[in-house]
Amino acid sequence: MFGLEFPPINALLRWPDIFPTFNKIGLIAVLAALIGMGIFWLATRQDDSKAPKGVRNFAESIIEFIQNGIIMQTIGKAGLGWTPLLLSLFVFIYLCNMPGIIPILQMPATGRLAIPLGLALLVWVTFIGTGIKHQGLGYFGHLLWPPGMPVFLKPIVGLIEFISTIFVTPFSLTVRLMANLMAGHILLVTFGLLAESLFRAETNQFLLVPTGLLPLLMLVGITAFEVLVGFLQAYIFTILAAVYISNSLVGHAEEAH
Amino acid sequence: MEALASLVAQADLSGFTAEEVRTITAAGDAGLAYAIGAIGPAIGIGFLVGKSVEAMARQPEAAGMVRTTMFLGIAFTEALALIGFVVFILLKFA
Repeated sequence: MFGLEFPPINALLRWPDIFPTFNKIGLIAVLAALIGMGIFWLATRQDDSKAPKGVRNFAESIIEFIQNGIIMQTIGKAGLGWTPLLLSLFVFIYLCNMPGIIPILQMPATGRLAIPLGLALLVWVTFIGTGIKHQGLGYFGHLLWPPGMPVFLKPIVGLIEFISTIFVTPFSLTVRLMANLMAGHILLVTFGLLAESLFRAETNQFLLVPTGLLPLLMLVGITAFEVLVGFLQAYIFTILAAVYISNSLVGHAEEAH
Repeated sequence: MEALASLVAQADLSGFTAEEVRTITAAGDAGLAYAIGAIGPAIGIGFLVGKSVEAMARQPEAAGMVRTTMFLGIAFTEALALIGFVVFILLKFA
């Protein structure tokens, strides 16, 4: 009907089980966790009295990026204790994003809802727990009403803030990560299919066949773009987690959305 | 969406089965949902990045802070476009 058969969405996003209850996405997530742990385990094996080199240098540059690029910009010096959590979040999400463009794997594990949702709920529990720990039950008061709020506005502002913090925050964290990666995956599939069907088109006009090069070039460009997106989404997820944590540490700061 | 659906209903679809008509209207609705949903975030992100570049050019020593805040703003603006994309997927395939 459309001249180009697009496969059903389930063929792109749902993978058959490798063995019961374990599919390719599970495999990618497990690999991402193991590789992330492996890099930092190898880094700690080196003698730390000498100048760092090799894996240790690499691991230290990641830690420095998290501390200078994310924590110092959002929480400040008091937040350096949060490095382990934010570092694991960043490394795990990045390693889950990258298989989207690695041949054979060709699927970002964060392109399905489960992993982003789990991570977002982890961040949600963490920042609410931090708020209760640092401000007691008054945290919920700070959460709902900015200081200096007139009494007659309290019910409506409280309702809006309650919905936006309790429900919208984890939802938007999840959907931002999942939809970005899924959109990239579907774009790659679309241009791959276009190139293939143009090359194999049964037509009398031979000039039409080389036009398949155009979607192929686009495919290369989008692959390069996906490298950027994979990094940027890991960065944004981590920086948002840091912002939410910093909001629970210091009370009701400027609401970010 | 209803206006579009009624427009499609007036068109000559006599040659198609009910299932095909459903696919065609779903594709049209999905395209419209994403197209309209992308306008606002597109303007927003353009405005946001433009202002950030201006701020960085005026005050290069504040570039790090401006960049972090810019990415935060982009993340929140972009979420709207991405919800439009999810609606697209739901309409087209679900």
